Amino acid sequence: MNERLWGILVDSFPKLLGYGIRVTIPLTVLSFALALVIALIVALIQYAQVKVLRQICRFYIWIIRGTPLLVQLYIVFFGLPSVGVVLEAFPAALLVLGFNEGAYMAETMRGALESVSTGQVEAGYCVGMNYLQIMIHVVLPQAFRTAFPTLGNSMISMLKETSMAATITVMEMFRQAQVINGRVYESLGLYCEVALIYLIFCTLLTWIQRRGEKKLASYGGKRK
Amino acid sequence: MMLDIQNVHKRFQDTEVLRGIDLQVSKGDVVAILGPSGSGKTTFLRCLNYLERADQGRMIFDGETFDLAGATRQEIARLRKKTAFVFQNYNLFQNKTVLQNVTLGLTVGSGMPRAEAKEIGQEMLRKVGMADKLNSYPSELSGGQQQRVAIARGLATRPEIIYFDEPTSALDPELIGEVLSVMRQLAEEGMTMLVVTHEMTFARDVSSKVMFMEGGNVIESAPSAEFFAHPQQQRTREFIQNILNAGQ
Repeated sequence: MNERLWGILVDSFPKLLGYGIRVTIPLTVLSFALALVIALIVALIQYAQVKVLRQICRFYIWIIRGTPLLVQLYIVFFGLPSVGVVLEAFPAALLVLGFNEGAYMAETMRGALESVSTGQVEAGYCVGMNYLQIMIHVVLPQAFRTAFPTLGNSMISMLKETSMAATITVMEMFRQAQVINGRVYESLGLYCEVALIYLIFCTLLTWIQRRGEKKLASYGGKRK
Repeated sequence: MMLDIQNVHKRFQDTEVLRGIDLQVSKGDVVAILGPSGSGKTTFLRCLNYLERADQGRMIFDGETFDLAGATRQEIARLRKKTAFVFQNYNLFQNKTVLQNVTLGLTVGSGMPRAEAKEIGQEMLRKVGMADKLNSYPSELSGGQQQRVAIARGLATRPEIIYFDEPTSALDPELIGEVLSVMRQLAEEGMTMLVVTHEMTFARDVSSKVMFMEGGNVIESAPSAEFFAHPQQQRTREFIQNILNAGQ
């Protein structure tokens, strides 16, 4: 490796990492939180079989899962301004990522809710709880635990998908790598470097996910 | 008369599961509901607590009439507060400890202060011999232990009657005894119980009354001594014979 490239990589590393910490991670965490809220609402509506709303939820999932994330980003950021909806790049990315992953996570949550046996609900009724109380104290905690590993995977996917926000001008980690590369023309080195930082982030997330799973397992219940 | 159940009908699609069941229960009665599989006994019991909605039928509980085919949420909730239900597969809350399982209905369902609920919970668990497992999770217990906790959970809300739906059918044979002995103790203390069961010994020795069902009908209903000593119906005699033979 020549000295010039080494110098570029060493210089760019803290810069890239800085964008990662200041933009990529917040974007991931915020869109994940949004996705989680959406997923929970959509899953509960389907689980409780609320009329009409249920159809709307199916429609939402159908649209989101049937179209590419990149196209969704373009529609919201470049397309919507022509009907008067103008969003800054970061909020646009946050919304699209959140609604996109929300559709997938809704299916995860729905599956997890349905995996809680109806006997748990019946027992809840028989000891004098109402539907809402049973959901809060019995069904949701169990469903969350079942869904936890899959939700962790979703978060890891999202972290990587934030790089797509570069295409709608969000100045995040990958976009920054592109900018630096525009000056110095070291594609292989720089993109490998940014890949390495994503890898570090994902490794950290995986570690947190494992810790979380262990903690949940210590509450007893399904131990397998 | 504490409980007067009249003319309960239920069908699932094309199958008529209950064809007009009547049952009278007095305070302190232990009624064993016997019958072959598919006779409708479990469905009947579930209808009484609105776990299954009957197509027709009514129940007079403590002078208050409940329409088993349709009741308001409030009516159902009020009825359920007076009853407890013990399931074949226990249905303990998997995410709660033994103590929490017993107190959840009190704290969340009835808004009782935690300390008070805990005391009641401990007392009930002592009663079923599970006081040393307060902080265990259901998955750490044997079937017999889980069922005893489920009984304690039922007792905690101070029900006037407990419905048992085949409480020992999911248990290994060596664990059946511990559950039956708890039930026997409750019977001796005067608890009113409706028990769907295959345990003939329990029906004969503990229950005060037997209702024998088949094909969604009551074939015979009698005080248990009479039921076993002098069954009136041919079908009942066959059933008792078969079961006793199988037990040997």
